[in-house]
Amino acid sequence: MVESIIERINSGRFWDFHGGIHPPEQKTLTSDKPIKQLNLPKQLIIPLQQHIGREGELLVKVGEQVLKGQALTLSTNPMVVPIHAPTSGVISAIKQSVIAHPSGLSQLCVFLDVDGQDTWRKRNVCSDIKQLSNHEIIEKIADAGISGMGGAGFPTHIKANSKPDINFLIINGVECEPYITSDDLIMTEQSDAIIEGIHILDRLLKPAFILIAIEDNKPRAIKAIQKAVDGVEKIKVCVIPTKYPAGGEKQLIQVLTGQEIPSGSLPIHSGIVMHNVATCFAINDAVRHDIPLIRRVVTVTGQALEKPQNVWALLGTPIKFLLEQCGAKPMVNEQKQPVIMGGPMMGFCVSSDLVPIIKTSNCILVPSKKEMPSAFDTQSKETECIRCGQCSDVCPSNLLPQELQWSAKAKDYEQLEKLNLSDCIDCGACAYVCPSQIPLVHYYRIAKAEIRQQQQLDLKAEKAKQRFEARKLRLEKEKRARQEKNKKAAAARKAAMNKKTPEANEAKSAVAAALARVKAKKAAGNLANAKPQVEKVADNVIDTGSDEKSQVAAAIARAKAKRQLKADSTQNSTVDNSEVNHASQSVETASHSATDDKKAKIAAAIAKAKAKKQHQHSESPGNETSPANTANITKKSQREETPTLNDKKAKIAAAVAKAKAKKAKQKQEHTHADNPVIEAKAKFTDTEVISSNDEPVMANEIKPVKTKSIAQANDKINDKVSAPRDKKAKIAAAIAKAKAKKKSKEAANSHKKSSDNPLTKQPDESI
Amino acid sequence: MAFWIASSPHNHNQTQTSRLMRLVIYAALPGIAAQWYFFGWGNLIHITLAMITALVCEFTVLSLRNKPISKQLFDGSGLLTAVLLGICLPALAPWWISVIGTMFAIIIAKQLYGGLGHNPFNPAMAGYVVLLVSFPLEMTLWQPPLALVSVDLNFSNTLTTILTGFTVEGYSVEQVRTSIDGITMATPLDTLKTNINSGLTVLESINSPVFGDNFAFGWEWINGAFLLGGLFLIFKKAMPWQAPISFLISLFICSFVGYSISPDTSASTMFHWFSGATMLGAFFILTDPVSGATSNKGKIVFGLLAGLLVYLIRTIGGYPDGVAFAVLLCNMSAPLIDQYTRPRTYGHLKGER
Repeated sequence: MVESIIERINSGRFWDFHGGIHPPEQKTLTSDKPIKQLNLPKQLIIPLQQHIGREGELLVKVGEQVLKGQALTLSTNPMVVPIHAPTSGVISAIKQSVIAHPSGLSQLCVFLDVDGQDTWRKRNVCSDIKQLSNHEIIEKIADAGISGMGGAGFPTHIKANSKPDINFLIINGVECEPYITSDDLIMTEQSDAIIEGIHILDRLLKPAFILIAIEDNKPRAIKAIQKAVDGVEKIKVCVIPTKYPAGGEKQLIQVLTGQEIPSGSLPIHSGIVMHNVATCFAINDAVRHDIPLIRRVVTVTGQALEKPQNVWALLGTPIKFLLEQCGAKPMVNEQKQPVIMGGPMMGFCVSSDLVPIIKTSNCILVPSKKEMPSAFDTQSKETECIRCGQCSDVCPSNLLPQELQWSAKAKDYEQLEKLNLSDCIDCGACAYVCPSQIPLVHYYRIAKAEIRQQQQLDLKAEKAKQRFEARKLRLEKEKRARQEKNKKAAAARKAAMNKKTPEANEAKSAVAAALARVKAKKAAGNLANAKPQVEKVADNVIDTGSDEKSQVAAAIARAKAKRQLKADSTQNSTVDNSEVNHASQSVETASHSATDDKKAKIAAAIAKAKAKKQHQHSESPGNETSPANTANITKKSQREETPTLNDKKAKIAAAVAKAKAKKAKQKQEHTHADNPVIEAKAKFTDTEVISSNDEPVMANEIKPVKTKSIAQANDKINDKVSAPRDKKAKIAAAIAKAKAKKKSKEAANSHKKSSDNPLTKQPDESI
Repeated sequence: MAFWIASSPHNHNQTQTSRLMRLVIYAALPGIAAQWYFFGWGNLIHITLAMITALVCEFTVLSLRNKPISKQLFDGSGLLTAVLLGICLPALAPWWISVIGTMFAIIIAKQLYGGLGHNPFNPAMAGYVVLLVSFPLEMTLWQPPLALVSVDLNFSNTLTTILTGFTVEGYSVEQVRTSIDGITMATPLDTLKTNINSGLTVLESINSPVFGDNFAFGWEWINGAFLLGGLFLIFKKAMPWQAPISFLISLFICSFVGYSISPDTSASTMFHWFSGATMLGAFFILTDPVSGATSNKGKIVFGLLAGLLVYLIRTIGGYPDGVAFAVLLCNMSAPLIDQYTRPRTYGHLKGER
């Protein structure tokens, strides 16, 4: 394939790229005049960054004397190329200053006050580059601060570093932009040095062929280069037809080789490397003569100048100095004079005459209004697009500028990407031919910038999203871990409970007691109506074996049954209240109180019986089977009072209970007797006061005791403790009974009270 | 010192839309001259009427839309629309035909869609079709070539016919259109269609005087003049060649196929090329960039489709000529055509476009 390409080139045939335009070249303004050597300017302004990449580390300080060629910055990174002092002098300032950028951006610049001596630092001229290794050569190129001098300014040492399988090294001397002749002139005047530079690149890159491309509008340069090449087989001088933008990297590759560089990839991936002719000259200077990149050829042109011509400008020379040297007419203040850095198609207007020349500045264009009226337009002449399609006819990337323009105006970035806006090379051909004079490139630049910004924002958002997701995941994980832990702990607790440790037993027994309570409650609920049954159950419980347990349970059951009963009675009374039947009420209450009394007595009797039984039990464990008639028990217990210390307390409790019951009875009777309403009321207030005073205390006391007693009872059950503990249980039972009685009494009281004053509506505050 | 800032590119080839429009109008002049030579003053009067109407309508709408009037009124697009519409109208149609047609073309088909650059349909053809559908009688008032007309159609006669319906001497339009042997004369396309429908062969029908010596008396020269003007435009690169050339090729192929299949009922290829509005349509209507396809491939598809449609309407459609309908149908399909004919971008494979 390479051979067929070479064959084609040898026969002088080339490929063509799509589109392209032929704007007025205007190269003759400067092409026939030699490159002029200028006097030293008074001050140089050297921006730290003059290429694609980053700025180096500063090596000098303000006030320092520097020599010509001395490095001002240090390269710490492959993408950094150092800058050098273009002449000797003193650093007067290091500060922000406007640089060669379309936006008039300011950047850190080294201000060098020229001393006029032009004293070189010590130079290490290399007489024979064959003794240098490739690595040394690349180091020299890097140290000389060479970056591409044609356009973007990519660090040259990276592009010159040897890579395998390079088919073509293309030396770009096309210079397709109108007006610019700097490459033309350097080829004409320095052809030998350029060829030397090419040989150095040849040694580094080892390409199969070297193609020097020159547009056919530069006959002198072509002649000079052909002479300098002097029949070297490997180097082909390709004279290509003039068409803008043939000098674009992708377009030139297409013209010479017929290949297209796939979108998004670099020429090197297709085995092609391209260098500018001026870069080749700089490489030769750097490697052979140890001259860093401190000067370049700049075309200062335009019909607004009296003496347009190419000059050797030191990097950092303010364009003001160049314009003065080339006879710029003094400008009236109001006059709007564009000064363009670069060519008319892709150059940019500089905002100030202090803008310095940098490594990529190849032209300063000062057009007159006559030759370039559109550059002077104060307002846009833009009219509506008529879809004529001339723009797409001239587009070298074969895009559809008219559609891009609509999408750019509509900010439809998705569609712009679909239409491959990123493949636009900003050549300006579309805007040049647009009959509606739409500033197409301007729209694309804005859209590109916004897309770039959007992409950065998207990236940010994506990162934020990832962070959020990670956090969510982490929280969920922690939650799950926590749940797992809780589950494990629960399982461990269960396991521990099932083990035969004392703690486990305790816990278990507590649970069992609770269960028993619940069961008892249920049973009590069932048996509330049938009191004798309760007793019987209680007795049965008592009778069957394990005394303590059954006793406690019985006590609880009784207490509950009583409470139930009491609730029933109050309910009854409230029902009765609604009826205004005094007589029946009194009868009822009487009977109630009677039953209450009986109940209390029975409870006391049971308690006593129990105490006795306990006693008997302690004496003779076998003697338990006495058919339990409540009356009998009462009689028995009343009769058989044993002076045992154990039973004493129980008896006392029973006595207390009995006394209480009696008292209640008396009270009830008393209230029955007092018929006058007011008196009864007054009395009731008394009893109310008493009861209300007593009750909280009682309740407070009883509750803990009760719970305690239950716990103790349980303990007893489990541990099978001996008799002394029984006492306590009995006491508890007695207290419970007493409490129950009291409650029943109170219920009766309240019942009576409400029945007595059905009309006065005494609030039931006492209860 | 601060300088004037502008965005690149700083140079421009100084072309302008208005200049382009003017060039197209100039290129139509030979055709208009041929029309005048063969058919008299009628179309010139209609063109003038249409141009005045167009300017008034544009001025009104532009001022209503708060647009820069001086810039857009004379951008030539409205005048071009008027010229094209005036060329298309029957020479003896009443004056209000061109006024209504132009009003519809400018106000509705162009300005209501957003003005120049935003109209999906060719305004002149939209106006023409509206007239054809709304006023079928007036739109068939085709005048035979002057040489075949017994009445002396000088300027004043034509003017009064257009304004009042009668010549100065008092002849009505119908009388003017009637030949010496008492037959109302129509266009060659119309005549051929009627004849073929009534069972005559092509050979029999072309004996009619409206066909003249070659294909269509008068019309062939007018078409030739428009062809000349169109070639001039292509030479000047004022318009791309794709749409007109593909249109003509398409029409040629269709008529050739038709003629090969049935020579008795099909007109020749050259008859199709040089009668009716073929050349005007090819070089002045189809090349309207606004309503056409924009990519080069799309323009070719656009032209091929238009040629096919013109042939179909002429042979089996209800109208004698079909350029206007074909163009509107193609206008409709232009966005779709554009969608599928985008060129391959540099560095992209064919599949990824």
